[in-house]
Amino acid sequence: MEPLIQISAIGAPLRLANVNTDQLFPARFIKKPRAVGYAQYLFHDIRRTDAGDINPNFPLNDPKFETAQILFTGANFGSGSSREGAVYALYDFGFRAVFAPSFGEIFAANCLKNGVLTARLDQEEIQSIQEALDLAQEPRVSVDIYHERITLPAGQVVTFSLDPFQKHCLVNGLNEIDLSLQFNDEITTFEENHRKTYPWTVL
Amino acid sequence: MPSTLFDKIWTTHVVTDRGDESLLYVDRVLLQENSFHAFDKIRREGRAVRNPSQAFGFSDHYVPTRNRELGIDGIRDPEIRNMVELITSDTATYGIELFGLGHDYQGILHVVGPEFGITQPGLVIAGADSHTSTHGALGAYAFGIGSSEVAHVLATQTLWRSKPKTLRVTISGERKAGVSSKDLILFLIRTIGSGGAVGYAVEYNGDTIDELSVEARMTVCNMSIEAGARAGLIAPDQKVFDYMQGKPMAPTGSQWGQALKYWQTLRTEPGSVFNREVQIEASEIAPQVTWGTNPEMVADVTGSVPNPDMERDLERKTRMTRALEYMGLHANQMIQSIPLDRVFIGSCTNSRIEDLRIAAQVMKGQTCRIPTMIVPGSEQVKRAAESEGLHEIFQPAGAEWLAPGCSMCVGINGDMLASGERAASTSNRNFEGRQGQGGRTHLVSPAMAAAASITGQFENISSYAEARSWNL
Ligand code: SF4
Repeated sequence: MEPLIQISAIGAPLRLANVNTDQLFPARFIKKPRAVGYAQYLFHDIRRTDAGDINPNFPLNDPKFETAQILFTGANFGSGSSREGAVYALYDFGFRAVFAPSFGEIFAANCLKNGVLTARLDQEEIQSIQEALDLAQEPRVSVDIYHERITLPAGQVVTFSLDPFQKHCLVNGLNEIDLSLQFNDEITTFEENHRKTYPWTVL
Repeated sequence: MPSTLFDKIWTTHVVTDRGDESLLYVDRVLLQENSFHAFDKIRREGRAVRNPSQAFGFSDHYVPTRNRELGIDGIRDPEIRNMVELITSDTATYGIELFGLGHDYQGILHVVGPEFGITQPGLVIAGADSHTSTHGALGAYAFGIGSSEVAHVLATQTLWRSKPKTLRVTISGERKAGVSSKDLILFLIRTIGSGGAVGYAVEYNGDTIDELSVEARMTVCNMSIEAGARAGLIAPDQKVFDYMQGKPMAPTGSQWGQALKYWQTLRTEPGSVFNREVQIEASEIAPQVTWGTNPEMVADVTGSVPNPDMERDLERKTRMTRALEYMGLHANQMIQSIPLDRVFIGSCTNSRIEDLRIAAQVMKGQTCRIPTMIVPGSEQVKRAAESEGLHEIFQPAGAEWLAPGCSMCVGINGDMLASGERAASTSNRNFEGRQGQGGRTHLVSPAMAAAASITGQFENISSYAEARSWNL
């Protein structure tokens, strides 16, 4: 995984709450191999109007935001299913960071495994950042993961806080399976004891 | 200090700690066709599967509900067929048991897990599907994970988890006639919101829960994820022990006695402290119907669609307005005046034998007014239903009696709503496009869905004279 230390990129506002994984990545595309590029499926149905045309009011359809890599959005982002395709789609589109008041938990865990930052900001902070992005001619934002701060287009700084382990994994681009296998001996010892105490559980 | 059911399971599974997180031993991992990304990762990184006999594969999301006698050749769409082939070859490569097409126990992972005895009290179960919370009904800590974490479990038999907070939901009192466990959980989500249990493991208790059958409890735990919960759990009791007996993978011989003794300790001790408590009075709950595009958008069947203009929270108001627009409904419209196009009875929420018995009770001797699909959750459920003659109630009524799988719950096998079509569905998600692009979903219980099939609209089944005698 690529280490994620600093991102300087376009930030996009997405004023929706409870965006679920079916909206991020509709179920009918799950069967596509990742090699086809999942970016085309990101927000597939909500980027379009009910008639199927590109919805000009959807922020990522706005030329100003179409190359965005940082998303500022509403509460409970990524709720719903465990499908990791939702994260692949965000990643393939270019997103490396999402800020919201809260996240679906499985989604946030999936983001971490794929080198996408999820961090919480208050609803008010999100709103004022979204306004700043709308106002800015070039809505470029920089996110310093190591120092846990965001610099907005006009230079204001907003701080956020990360779980130390989440930060450690992101900034070092660590593969979690390798990390966990460092505990292989502990796992084996645990398993032997577990088998002795609950013999019907370890097969 | 007295400990909770959840604490007991958690403590016995911690391998080691790291800051806020613990490395938890995972007893069982459940896979489905969409796990192909996990197998790709294992392959790409050149890893071995640590305990293949503790992993189980299921063909459920993509399998067809028609032409099953043709086996894999019954799948025309090459992409869908490829998914069913992938899980077959991936599980074979790594020596993992597959409940695939043609298997006597084929079916939805959350139906087959308990049915085959893979699910047991006290286990930590991770599944490649968010509704893995279902298995908590037997007193397991069960939760959904994404592909990367599936790969992690396959390689290490463990997962990193921060300890969730605990929420106890106590449901007490007698239910009204026609009110089933689906109504209880919809009412709870309506009460606490779809983000209401984020960060919590929820333990359900109270005399209403005790009363429920093991299968009805699965419906409650199944939809815990729709309130954002990390898991839903119910302490195992005699009903669960009876349920476990004789299941293919249940412990046998001296291990049965040993297991039973352990399972009996899996209870929250009196005086245990939860981070949060919610009390629900069951007698106040009417049959529930969702009107919107999120499982918290729920109304009583006797009620009406809310009016967004009455909502003070601007954000909620926007969401409500959008939901009404998508659903093709208007403010204050009576729930019972909504004309339906179709009915879907199925999904891991409500496709067990009991659900089908309930539907049959309601449909007996009646005729479906609108197209109705009945999709049993597993091959075993299908056989049980047929041996009881339930299909001889469904088919003459005009309902389609189909082969087991996820089917229209998520629409990825091709069973879908057409754009603008409106369905009463016993599944768990009413998200935009969930059952087909532009499709409109109203979540209800099996009894409500069966009644809707007969009249083409939602009925207040609580007022049916015969509802008292239904075994819900
Ligand atoms: S029935 Fe629906 S919710 Fe259940 S596992 Fe299948 S797709 Fe998921």
